Amino acid sequence: MTYTPVPPIVTARLGQYDDAHTLARAVETGAYGALRTALGQTPEAVMEQVKVAVLQGRGGAGFPAGNKWGLLPAGKFPRWLVVNGDESEPGTYKDRILMERDPHQLIEGALICAYAIRASQVFIYVRGEMALAQERIADALNDAYAAGYVGRRILGSDWSMDITLHWGAGAYIVGDETALLESLSGRRGMPRPKPPYFPAAIGLYDDPTIVNNVETLSNLPWIVEHGGEAFAALGSEKTNGTRMFAVSGHVKRPGTFEVGSGQVTFRDLFYDERLCGGIREDRKLKAFIPGGGSAPWFFEEHLDLPLDPTVVGPAGSMLGSGAIVVMDETTDMVRAAWRLVRFFAGESCGKCTPCREGVSWLQRIYERILAGHGRPEDLALLEDVGWGISPGPYPGAGVHPGDAAFPFPPRQTTICVLGPSAVAPVMSSLRRFRDEYLAYIAQATAPEATVA
Amino acid sequence: MSKLSAQRLEVAREIIARYPDPRSALIPLIHLAQEQDGYVAEDAMEHIAELVGCTPAEVYGTGSFYEMFKFHPVGRYVVSICTNISCLLLGADELLEHAERTLGVRAGATTADGTITLEDVECIAACTLAPCVQVNYRYFPNQTPGSFDQLVEDLRSERVEDVPPHGTLARVRQHVDPDRWAGTGTAPPPTAERVPGPALPSGSGAAR
Repeated sequence: MTYTPVPPIVTARLGQYDDAHTLARAVETGAYGALRTALGQTPEAVMEQVKVAVLQGRGGAGFPAGNKWGLLPAGKFPRWLVVNGDESEPGTYKDRILMERDPHQLIEGALICAYAIRASQVFIYVRGEMALAQERIADALNDAYAAGYVGRRILGSDWSMDITLHWGAGAYIVGDETALLESLSGRRGMPRPKPPYFPAAIGLYDDPTIVNNVETLSNLPWIVEHGGEAFAALGSEKTNGTRMFAVSGHVKRPGTFEVGSGQVTFRDLFYDERLCGGIREDRKLKAFIPGGGSAPWFFEEHLDLPLDPTVVGPAGSMLGSGAIVVMDETTDMVRAAWRLVRFFAGESCGKCTPCREGVSWLQRIYERILAGHGRPEDLALLEDVGWGISPGPYPGAGVHPGDAAFPFPPRQTTICVLGPSAVAPVMSSLRRFRDEYLAYIAQATAPEATVA
Repeated sequence: MSKLSAQRLEVAREIIARYPDPRSALIPLIHLAQEQDGYVAEDAMEHIAELVGCTPAEVYGTGSFYEMFKFHPVGRYVVSICTNISCLLLGADELLEHAERTLGVRAGATTADGTITLEDVECIAACTLAPCVQVNYRYFPNQTPGSFDQLVEDLRSERVEDVPPHGTLARVRQHVDPDRWAGTGTAPPPTAERVPGPALPSGSGAAR
């Protein structure tokens, strides 16, 4: 596959103008035109367009937006639309760019969705640490309210819709949609058990609720303007439209790129001169994380896979939130895995025992290995503790759990996927770089002297 | 140290009015308290509890879940060094070590002059600008030990213009003219006669 640039959708305006975030520039370049078109149709017709488009969610799970909206129970009101802008997955920052640089596109997309699902009100939940995104969205909302694009009788129609900007305060787990709803209700951001009830049935204030990601909603103006079929025609056979990827780590030109969905391989992305331009100092690739800190790692043999969730999934990982982290041959894989484990241990909300106790146990084992006190039995212990959070046996399992292909999606003993996410870097690195762990342990000094 | 000031109380009421349930305003109001005092004071938590209709313990219980809320005074500048994977790969640990050495404090502590609180934080969503630092949640990308020293010097001599004191998160707030707020969140559900979408509330002005 060779890389062919495609016209961008969600980054079209911000790619062209530095002042894309202002109302004047946004309106001059067509913002709120699609909203006008949508208001001329019935909500059902708008929803139908989005279903035809097959707009897969861009937040991580990849569930098609139109189908998600279709799960709302008929005739139940009030119902809410919550925009998930709590992007915190290690390696991810595409939503931040969209919120900071083109907030009106997001607001328009949220309004189109609110109209289609007949929402009662919209809440935009922005991650706490993103001060500029909050300022830009506040500015954009204030201008849009004043100009009649949001609020009472939008665009002179008899349709009204309020949008409330909400701030987070620093908690990765709030990216989970049920934890986000808890947080938005003024509570600790702990996920709810699901199934049986998903937010579409019982969400914010126990009312039907749709939670959609920033990039997902940012696609809606284009879809309404050009039609669902035009969107479905973009991308590969199995995945439509475009997708944003943030590539960081050991590449020459890290950055965010909007490419045709499923039309680019990892090799294109890392090595094409128009994209990342190769590994730094032309070193060798050692491993890469294809979909944020939660994703099982990929290696050289995966380079020719297209960035298509339907291909990456069966290959044993996920595209998740579009965050790709590249590690070259100089990387210490034990330290890299430890850092991700430490992150998940710190971010565990504490609700489920296997995650609360297990992930911090994994962290302690890593810290002992790195401090030069590793024990030969620690590798089996890592596998065993990981197994307790995300159990097997898996198809094709070998003698050691670590020999098995890491199953994705993972099995879990927890309510949400944070626990199993911590196991992904452990199993990925143990399976491939066992020798690096062994080297640490071989150099280990004797543990603290025991009292004779 | 104090309850919300009269001016902030007005802002707080405006925030609460934008939610169907006042409790939803809890986190934004804790931010408001932190903006006032630089940290979340006990009196402010009691005041917030009154405003949203819960107990002070619930305010603290919720607030303490979130990393950005400080329940004791911190420096004028909270300097957060990201050490998660992408920044780690490009030298964040070495940067943190340098910062601890030159500032003379470990991560989590405040310098003796009260200017800087140093933090070792997780991914701040600036992975292609690694290693990245935030000062009061404003980005300072691609740091080296040298540029970090310069940043600290600039902060100490107040030469960094674009960074408000700790607690002030966004300098722009959402503000909706009462004539424009539609109150759709508390409006009656749509009916066959009132399609499309939720109906307007009767009367004018904000719904509440």
